[in-house]
Amino acid sequence: MIVELGHFTLLLALLVAGLQMVLPLVGAQKNWVPWMAVGAPAAIAQAVLIMFSFCALTYAFVTSDFSVRLVALNSHTLKPMLYKVTGVWGNHEGSMLLWCLILALFGALVALFGGNLPERLKARVLAVQAAVGVAFLSFLIFTSNPFLRLAQPPMNGQDLNPLLQDPGLAFHPPFLYLGYVGLSMSFSFAVAALIEGRVDAAWGRWVRPWTLLAWLNLTIGIALGSWWAYYELGWGGFWFWDPVENASFMPWLIAAALLHSAIVVEKREALKSWTILLAILAFGFSLIGAFIVRSGVLTSVHAFANDPERGVYLLAITGVFMGGALTLYAVRASEMQAKGVFSTASRESALVLNNVLLAVSTFVVFIGTIWPLVAEMAFDRKVSVGPPFFDAAFTPFMVLLALLLPVGSILPWKRAKVGKALRPLWLALVAAFIVFALVWTVQTGRTLLAPVGALLGSWLVIGALADLWVRTGRGDFASKLSRAWRLPRADWGRVVAHMGFGVTIFGIAALLAWEIEDVRTASIGDEFRVGNYDVTLVDVREVQGPNYISTMAEIRLQRGSEVAVLTPESRFYPVAGMPTTEAAIDNGVFRDLYVVIGDEQADGSWAVRTFIKPFANWIWAGAIIMAIGGTLSLTDRRFRVAAGAARTKARVPAE
Amino acid sequence: MIRSFLFWLMLAGAAFAVEPDEILDDPVLEERARELSKGIRCLVCRNESIDESNAELARDLRLLVRERLVEGDSDDEVIDYLVSRFGEYVLLAPRADGVNLLLWWAAPVLFLGGLGIAGVYFRGRRENPVPEELSDAEKERLNELTSD
Repeated sequence: MIVELGHFTLLLALLVAGLQMVLPLVGAQKNWVPWMAVGAPAAIAQAVLIMFSFCALTYAFVTSDFSVRLVALNSHTLKPMLYKVTGVWGNHEGSMLLWCLILALFGALVALFGGNLPERLKARVLAVQAAVGVAFLSFLIFTSNPFLRLAQPPMNGQDLNPLLQDPGLAFHPPFLYLGYVGLSMSFSFAVAALIEGRVDAAWGRWVRPWTLLAWLNLTIGIALGSWWAYYELGWGGFWFWDPVENASFMPWLIAAALLHSAIVVEKREALKSWTILLAILAFGFSLIGAFIVRSGVLTSVHAFANDPERGVYLLAITGVFMGGALTLYAVRASEMQAKGVFSTASRESALVLNNVLLAVSTFVVFIGTIWPLVAEMAFDRKVSVGPPFFDAAFTPFMVLLALLLPVGSILPWKRAKVGKALRPLWLALVAAFIVFALVWTVQTGRTLLAPVGALLGSWLVIGALADLWVRTGRGDFASKLSRAWRLPRADWGRVVAHMGFGVTIFGIAALLAWEIEDVRTASIGDEFRVGNYDVTLVDVREVQGPNYISTMAEIRLQRGSEVAVLTPESRFYPVAGMPTTEAAIDNGVFRDLYVVIGDEQADGSWAVRTFIKPFANWIWAGAIIMAIGGTLSLTDRRFRVAAGAARTKARVPAE
Repeated sequence: MIRSFLFWLMLAGAAFAVEPDEILDDPVLEERARELSKGIRCLVCRNESIDESNAELARDLRLLVRERLVEGDSDDEVIDYLVSRFGEYVLLAPRADGVNLLLWWAAPVLFLGGLGIAGVYFRGRRENPVPEELSDAEKERLNELTSD
């Protein structure tokens, strides 16, 4: 009964979204206030209805109602409760419902907290958001309905998939969707502004928090996925340039560009049409990502027939929204007149360079991702594009970005006296080169990768500190400190996020350059040396788990007085008929010890793989620091107070 | 996203990529073999190199690479050999020839183009923007000039 109610409210939500799409839009055009006023309550109603559907589906999963097809396919009575709940979005239909829910929640947030938006803009934003909602709700209901019943329910569910039962993976999708779908908000603001024919500083201020929110969730989502791959795949890879990963990385890069260009719109009323274009493209990449992941067209070039109906539908959604928005853009973009004037040496110019670099990096990822498809369809060449291409083609732009970033963020707006502006950075540059030399000497005779990574990382971190130093003005240290405390949160956000970027860069470079790997066979009691560690295979035994059989090794790693005893496993899950590798990791600030146990050899010894992974955790720590920076920036008071102050000015009719 | 990761994992059984019995005695050759393996695609996998993959075929290819190296092939010769047998699909970084030049050069060209456009934009931003529209007199004059 509850499931049917959930199904019903989903259909109702589609109806409400339809109304929300049409009425406010017409109302805004004709200046009919009651029609415009439909937007906000409709957005809230839509969110409540979908929330009910989502809860109904969750209820079906929690109570293991196997008469629901989706539950029968994706759950099992033996699953722990946490994973019964996360199982709701661990499949195509459920995750699409979550997508729609988040879409509607963002709309409702604008309805609830957008009190300072001009009525007409608000009506249009909600209408565009509802249009996206209509597209995805109908996609959900007509091609991937999660509420279908089975005529003959099975006794138990089919899936006790052990791999889904992992915290890293369980919470990876919601964050990712908050990011993907959050970009729909920037899109709605961009299209609404195009219909309105006006973009001003206030618009920049309204659109930025939404982009920031989307970007920081995307950061967390990507980091979670990468971290999961690191500990679960059994050899500690953290990024594979897989099409599915790229699908999440492209919106992240574009959103990062959008964040920065929206600042220029807000502060200087320049870069308007470019910012609008970015906002459209960012959501475009989200849609392309959804298409790539769900149609299976790119993960395997020959799998287009996997799910043609869904693929075609998603492609149509992408085509309609991108085509529509870009056409509107082509017609209206020329009306966006820039006002701000600035010299070439200024923060505006630096932010333009940032945008060029981020946009080109996105393009590298994009062309690399779709090239196998293009080459085969258009040129009849079957090629693969994998990590070696991306490493070579993508990295130079990131290095350039890292080099320019501290310079750009310290330049003042409008026009800079370069010598004076950059003076605080000299110290950072010298410090970074000292770090470079230090690392270079310590590692003697290996690749330049790690020293360069250390150079860039420390340049970014110290550069960010120099930025903070400048922001706190003149005076003694105490007065600087008290001023630092009172700086706007956005300044802190910028400094922290830039530092996080540096930490991640250093982590990646150090891990790739200094990783030590050892593969061997060892008998029980054997001792061998890996790096600076004495490793002993103490024991291997069979262990009966709750729903698996495990071959568990006990491996001891020792360096001086430091000892770690790790128990890597190789498990077999009889229900799913699936073997899994459970690496054992001793996490540390400066290194991870990572051991994997393999098969038993003919002579009774065991295959053992030992890794020493220096600074591995810095990669994700950097991502978390970036997300914290985003959060700090999001809580800046100008998004709450100044946005309200701009109200009177913005109320003046547009035309 | 989950699905493709799961697919990987199903391939990633208890065994792991480079097995101890594959490793060459000569550490220099082994190092070269590992480096080469990272650029060779496991043909039956999704975007995995033979260095990472646990598939049977990946193992066969790893052994093949080592065999060629032991016989004294240079890195390029090994790659040429693999391409001649399996096609260029086996390379994870496509060769920069023919249409693939598009793949390799598109981004650098775009970057230079972007810099160019940015440069022009900066120049335009330096002074006050020109008046947005032509005055009526100017329009009339323009009509005169273009009508005949």
